Amino acid sequence: MDARFWLIQAFNGISYGALLFLVGSGLSLIFGVMRIVNLAHGSYFLLGGYMALSVIWVTGSWLLAIPVAALTVAIIGLLMERLFLRPLGFDPLRQVLLTVGFAFLFQQAALDIWTGNPFDIEPPAALTQSVVVGGLHLPLYRIFMIAVAVFIGLTLWLVMEKTRLGATIRATVDDAQMARGVGIDTSRIAMLIFALGAFLAALGGVIGGAFVGVYPGLDFEMLPIAFAVVIIGGMGSLGGAAIGALLVGLADNFGKALFPEISYFTLYAPMALILAVKPTGLFGRE
Amino acid sequence: MAPLRMKVLIVIAILAAAALIVPHTNPFVILLATRALAFSILVMSLDILLGFTGLASLGQAAYLGVGAYLTAILAARYQIGLGYDFWLVAALGMLGAAVLAALFGLLAIRASGVYFLMITLALGQCVWGLAYRWNSLTGGDNGINLQHRPKFGIDLADQVTFFYVVFGFFAASLLIMYTLVRSPFGRSLAGIRERELRMKILGYNTWLHKYIAFIIAGAFGGLAGVLWVHTAGIVSPENVVLTTSVDALLMAVLGGPGTLIGGVIGASVVLFIREYLSTLVHWWQYVLGGVYVLVILYLPGGLMSIPGRIRQWRAARSEAADTPNLAPARQ
Repeated sequence: MDARFWLIQAFNGISYGALLFLVGSGLSLIFGVMRIVNLAHGSYFLLGGYMALSVIWVTGSWLLAIPVAALTVAIIGLLMERLFLRPLGFDPLRQVLLTVGFAFLFQQAALDIWTGNPFDIEPPAALTQSVVVGGLHLPLYRIFMIAVAVFIGLTLWLVMEKTRLGATIRATVDDAQMARGVGIDTSRIAMLIFALGAFLAALGGVIGGAFVGVYPGLDFEMLPIAFAVVIIGGMGSLGGAAIGALLVGLADNFGKALFPEISYFTLYAPMALILAVKPTGLFGRE
Repeated sequence: MAPLRMKVLIVIAILAAAALIVPHTNPFVILLATRALAFSILVMSLDILLGFTGLASLGQAAYLGVGAYLTAILAARYQIGLGYDFWLVAALGMLGAAVLAALFGLLAIRASGVYFLMITLALGQCVWGLAYRWNSLTGGDNGINLQHRPKFGIDLADQVTFFYVVFGFFAASLLIMYTLVRSPFGRSLAGIRERELRMKILGYNTWLHKYIAFIIAGAFGGLAGVLWVHTAGIVSPENVVLTTSVDALLMAVLGGPGTLIGGVIGASVVLFIREYLSTLVHWWQYVLGGVYVLVILYLPGGLMSIPGRIRQWRAARSEAADTPNLAPARQ
């Protein structure tokens, strides 16, 4: 176990964290704005991957697959929020259960449309090479993943902090009732955020498709990990999601490398502890 | 009191009828009913938390897992629990799950609402992670197979005998849990569900009430695990994974939270769709997902609330018929 081992593992952890950020940030925003625990979030990730596969099979273009898949899933998320979650009003438990019902429906739809076979999304050849940095072979694709996450993270941050829309979203997260009181259309914000969350999860699904694959059951595998990200970072906070994703990515990688027998335990036990001590997460707003 | 006694009598009559009829059907139905009964102990244990205390747990499968793994490891490694000591193992399974719940409860009971949901999810995933990865103890992904069922005077390998044993455990669990929720303790739980602050002001130690309810629910979850592993003959991480906890929660909601007996209805409907309908049609999961979505949207009280709904609807209709039409006719 020399320095190389630690560096490679750290790099792998960070790139996995980049993927987790895409899934976790959407989940975190949805919770922040609507107080909904969206148990269909893993399904958006999986659907994103499947949609991308279809686009690639039809057009052969990986670049086209990314926006098409993410936007399609965003529309699914938007419809789900408008047609089913919104009419329930403010009833978190029923909303949570409803998202599970949808997760099952999506699971079946995915089985019907894309069969039960596992797939891989092949990125363009240019991204499959690796670069040598300081004697370490780093796969270019993982660097690409980190770049995408950084780009998305910065864009979200700019929108949140520097625009009027961002200010209204932050106001809704802090105090939805008050936000409504000063004339912010929180219902529209909720719809936007839900669609954005679905978009980000699907984007993660497409990009992660080359990395974790696309297969039935992936939805409920990603879901608890995304929760770990959100909870450790703090719900409704973008910076928290970034740090949570990084921590979970690293914990997952080092856990699997160092103590394989209890690797998931090392991921979820801190999550439970943090929740117990500080329910709003490390960086959540009170 | 009378309507309640009536309801209890109806439930007893239906259960007794099921106990008499099921053994005369085919082996598949007997197996399905046995599974439904074993699993519904878990669902009822969850209902103590969800329906009576107002705590939605997303990690109840952890306790099923403790009971099931304990039974399987003792039986497969040490041949313990395959004779009269089956009773000992059943008690151990309950105890083990209760100890785990006592531990987890210390963390979880601090939270409420959606936070409780998420912390139980995290704790459940801890148990799953161990079951999945701790190969030397749990057999990892493959799980642990049980060669045969216990034999003590009676042979549980016989489907009908085993059905009656599980039925006995189910009936006893139902009786104990029903007594519990009807007791002053259960009433205080309902008070906490309705408004915790008021109970606190009245001087109740609400934390302790919730903690005890959590441990009792865990113990029955463990019992469900002991029975489940003998029913299925195998325990694997699949029994502890998030989707199993989600299943239990949905079954409780489907049957009707706060009714206990709704748990067995929810479990039966879901297992019927999953294990029987799935042999007939390939789109069974649409039915399952559709049933969930419709019940959550239109029947918040679950299937158990249907009779009440019908009565209400009838009453409203007869009332409407009795009221003379005073609205002026349209010009």
